[in-house]
Amino acid sequence: MSGAFRIPGAGRLKQAKTARFSFDGQAYAGVEGDTLASALLANGVHLVGRSFKYHRPRGFLSAGAEEPNALVQIARDDARKTPNVRATVQELYDGLAAQSQNRWPSLAFDVGAVNDIASPFFSAGFYYKTFMWPKAAWKSLYEPKIRAAAGLGVSPDRPDPDHYAARFAHCDVLVLGGGAAGIAAALAAAETGASVMLADEQAEFGGSLRFETGARIDGQDGFGWAQGAIAKLKAMDNVRVLSRTTAFGYYAQNFVGLVERVSDHLQNPGRELARERLWQVRAKRVVLATGAIERHMVFADNDRPGIMLASAARTYLNHYGVAVGKNVGVYTANDSAYAAAIDLKKAGVNIAAIVDLRDNPTGPVIDEARALGIEINFGRAVVRAGGKFRVTSMTVQPKNGGGERTIPVDAVLMSAGWTPSVHLFSQSRGKVAFNDETKRFVPGTYAQDCVSVGACNGTDGLAATVDEAYAAGAKAAKDAGAKAAKGTKPKVDAGESWSRGMLGAAPGAGPDTTVKAFVDFQNDVTAKDIRQAVHEGMHSIEHVKRFTTNGMATDQGKTSNMHGLAIAAETLGKPIPQVGLTTFRAPYTPVTFGSIVGHARGPLFDPTRRTAIHPWAEAQGAVFEDVGQWKRAWYFPKGGEDMHAAVDRECVGVRKTAGLFDASTLGKIEVVGPDAAKFMELLYTNPWEKLEPGRCRYGIMLREDGFIYDDGVVGRLAPDRFHVTTTTGGAPRVMNHMEDYLQTEFPHLNVWLSSITEQWAVIAVQGPKSRNIIAPLVEGIDMSDEALPHMSVREGKICGVPTRLFRMSFTGERGFEVNVPADYGQAVWEALWAEGQKHGAVAYGTETMHVLRAEKGYIIVGQDTDGTVTPNDAGLDWAVGKKKTDFVGIRGLARPDLVAKGRKQLVGLKTKDTKVVLEEGAQIVADPKQSIPMKMIGHVTSSYWSENCGRSIALALVAGGRDRMGETLYVPMPNGVIEVEVTGMVFFDEKGERLNG
Amino acid sequence: MVKAAAKTTASATPSAERRAALAGQTVSATGVALAVLPPAERISLRAPEASVAALSKALGVTLPTKPKTSASKAGRTALWLGPDEWLVIDEAGKDPLADCAKVTALHSAVGISHRNVAFSVTGPAAAAAINGGCPQDLSLEVFPVGAASRTILGKSEIVLLRSGPDAFRVECWRSFSDYVFTLLSEAASDAAA
Repeated sequence: MSGAFRIPGAGRLKQAKTARFSFDGQAYAGVEGDTLASALLANGVHLVGRSFKYHRPRGFLSAGAEEPNALVQIARDDARKTPNVRATVQELYDGLAAQSQNRWPSLAFDVGAVNDIASPFFSAGFYYKTFMWPKAAWKSLYEPKIRAAAGLGVSPDRPDPDHYAARFAHCDVLVLGGGAAGIAAALAAAETGASVMLADEQAEFGGSLRFETGARIDGQDGFGWAQGAIAKLKAMDNVRVLSRTTAFGYYAQNFVGLVERVSDHLQNPGRELARERLWQVRAKRVVLATGAIERHMVFADNDRPGIMLASAARTYLNHYGVAVGKNVGVYTANDSAYAAAIDLKKAGVNIAAIVDLRDNPTGPVIDEARALGIEINFGRAVVRAGGKFRVTSMTVQPKNGGGERTIPVDAVLMSAGWTPSVHLFSQSRGKVAFNDETKRFVPGTYAQDCVSVGACNGTDGLAATVDEAYAAGAKAAKDAGAKAAKGTKPKVDAGESWSRGMLGAAPGAGPDTTVKAFVDFQNDVTAKDIRQAVHEGMHSIEHVKRFTTNGMATDQGKTSNMHGLAIAAETLGKPIPQVGLTTFRAPYTPVTFGSIVGHARGPLFDPTRRTAIHPWAEAQGAVFEDVGQWKRAWYFPKGGEDMHAAVDRECVGVRKTAGLFDASTLGKIEVVGPDAAKFMELLYTNPWEKLEPGRCRYGIMLREDGFIYDDGVVGRLAPDRFHVTTTTGGAPRVMNHMEDYLQTEFPHLNVWLSSITEQWAVIAVQGPKSRNIIAPLVEGIDMSDEALPHMSVREGKICGVPTRLFRMSFTGERGFEVNVPADYGQAVWEALWAEGQKHGAVAYGTETMHVLRAEKGYIIVGQDTDGTVTPNDAGLDWAVGKKKTDFVGIRGLARPDLVAKGRKQLVGLKTKDTKVVLEEGAQIVADPKQSIPMKMIGHVTSSYWSENCGRSIALALVAGGRDRMGETLYVPMPNGVIEVEVTGMVFFDEKGERLNG
Repeated sequence: MVKAAAKTTASATPSAERRAALAGQTVSATGVALAVLPPAERISLRAPEASVAALSKALGVTLPTKPKTSASKAGRTALWLGPDEWLVIDEAGKDPLADCAKVTALHSAVGISHRNVAFSVTGPAAAAAINGGCPQDLSLEVFPVGAASRTILGKSEIVLLRSGPDAFRVECWRSFSDYVFTLLSEAASDAAA
């Protein structure tokens, strides 16, 4: 066995293999099955950390998830550093390396411990009182210092190399907690054939059966029975058993979040194993079997290492075979600490004395302790603990005052009673009720389909717990639709039972203001702090909590909340239920970001959408830009060109010969049905009824408020069929907008919408040679200007595959958009490219597309419009059907503000210095000599160098812009004011002759 | 010049090669195998109740009218996606669009053969793999063989069809296929672990 404090023959790890580990660089040996805590205790190590605020030496308080003190940093390598790992939960593996936190330079000598001496300055609420003055010091001094001091441990500065998995699951009955209650409930539910999930946060099931030596079920010791029952459950097809799995959040409609720690306990987890797995479970019924957590006693210096919960010491002994000391004192207000004393005594550990705050308790455990010769002191209190890095003594006094007696000890076990774990119940929005007799909050009013059983329900005694849980499991399964249970209820032969205890500060906790009697160990909140908060006017428990930070650490006050509440209630002179309980919030225990993120990292962070033609562009060395989720070819640099050179060449190339552009990402919607034209009339400002099949129209879509929402070219394929295009970014919302109106406002119309964005790859061929490039590959379409004029569409074949061939232009040149089924996109592009090469065509990207359209004054919705621009503002009045009596936005357009004079209108801007390219977004003023802040009358929406125009061009929204033609305006920039002239929006081929050129 | 170019070329142009997304890719993990399925003919069919009988007859498969169901006949499957919406998939090389064109009853049929990419997810851990990103209950009781649903997988929309007790067909839009396949691969390896 490893460790001097490992008791031969004790515990359940007798056959286990040795596991070597280190703590703060010191090598130790433990055994497999240990937690880091049990392994350190086996080596006599109690000092494991420094507290958050006062940097007080701290040891282990607990043996489980509620641990507030023993937080360590575990680093597998540089990228895998996990801070705030609870040593009581972390399973030992060979090679584990742990470091203590919140100390510098070492655990034994910590400079920050000066805070302990300076503690009068760090009283409750000091965060809110200090650092207020001088104001300037906040940024330079206070905030940086507080940030450095805040939090514990060090986070890794490299990307997390681990991966995290996620799983959705459904079940009839979800049982949370795998102690006696949870197992009994799961058995009952599983035997009905219902689908059951059972989860427990520990590596091994059994809950408090891990330490309760008095438990016997079905003729076996309690823990052994639990293992047998779990094996039986695991063998059943309808049951999923999850160990090392914490239910951290209980959400609406029985949706529960759980984190399974898949590989943190393994020495060498393979790449195939996730580190953690997030389970999102929807259960028809939930059984809460979350147990209870023991409370500590609140007395002076109750945080000295070696002072711990009685149940923790019992767990270390009975499960791990570790004695927490050689000469142990006990301070209790209920029976359960006696059982710990008895077990330790029987294992050969000296029990110095039991100090019991109660006056004359009676019961079998008290008799047994007395029979074992343990000294018992009733009606007395431990008023202080001695020692610094390890408790050395406890000072005992009659609880109503009197002579003191100091007893040397090397560990103190405490128990103030047990707090039902109602966290998940409370998260489910259930209301807790205070039981005045047993002084505890238990589930009261349920808000969801769940049931609490066992200790978390305030049920005392193993037999009663198993009875209740078994019945509840069977009922939950039945309520979920299963048949009656066929199994037999486990028979409890013997069990332990505790209730009662005390809440709040014990006599040793004050009123002396220099006493540090800790209520909340992790946030260093003392009884004095709570009293002070009340005296300073915090009368609601929610205020007391925030003022003192009691219960606000990562342990969420699992051991401290009830004590804090009781002290506040006592100070206020009010009964506990009137002061109330703070709200429990998810997560129950800290959850890693990794487990929440799950698979959504790297390429799976968000879908990256690529067009069918993407591989060709990539092979050509295109530079891509992100447009929503799409990757779009931005420009195609040749021979070391920079972006400007490439774009200039592409711009000139398109207008000189022709260019090919991948327009596949444009949104496309097929609108089909006898009422298709009627629907289009309602959704767009333009008239559609008279548009002949085979012709196209540029359409504008407004929102109800009259502002431009989207635009695009629409082709009428047949009387009852339109091929609608939208902007790339607008595709999903335009579809939703149309569908929304169709379903809610115009359900009488016989028309349907189908997204065809991804059905068609779209190759724009633009430029004077565009027809020459396309024509040789086309079948069945007459491409003459007479048969296929600008703004028309035909269906036929290209390269032997179906096409919807649009004659349209977003460049001002003769242009076509070749739609082909997506899988043919690349091959058709390649054929067109080959044909284009005969004419010297270029491939162009989105930047050139933007420049060419700006040369023609064509707007881009979302760039030249911003949700406050009407068709008239954009100079698009011609696209609003004057005779139309209805369309979405028609009433909005008539609003006084939208027809008022002086609205911002889209105009062109020419810089006086033709070489200066304005910045998009730059503000425009009429008089640059005004004092700041100047009156801004507009802003630049689009601005480019136009190689075709031999100058810079810009579009801008300017107040009363169309009445300012020829005016000089000013664009003040950091490096000086730029003079601009207001012009029309068309900079190239003003007459539009090139559309047929 | 213009005239010459305008002349339609009736000659037999060599047909463009079809390049399907992720064609032929497969992944296999313990208990689950993923494969990209070959191209299929697909339409998005919308129609009121009164047209269902005529369309069913034309398509040769009875359009299902119950939520989350499908019907299949001779390589053609109709998946219920909504009260008036079906996804019709033909794996036998026949064109459902042409079949619908003959129907005079009110409807909308839109060809989307190339819009979708399909994957098969098969094996005892298939449901677990899909549940790596899909929140639906995929137990056989709730999602039996033939069940179909338009749902999500992670951040992508998918259409899910259970083709066997341990076999699913996952359809997604072409540009989401990389994402869906990668997520399914990761989830499959976790389901196998």
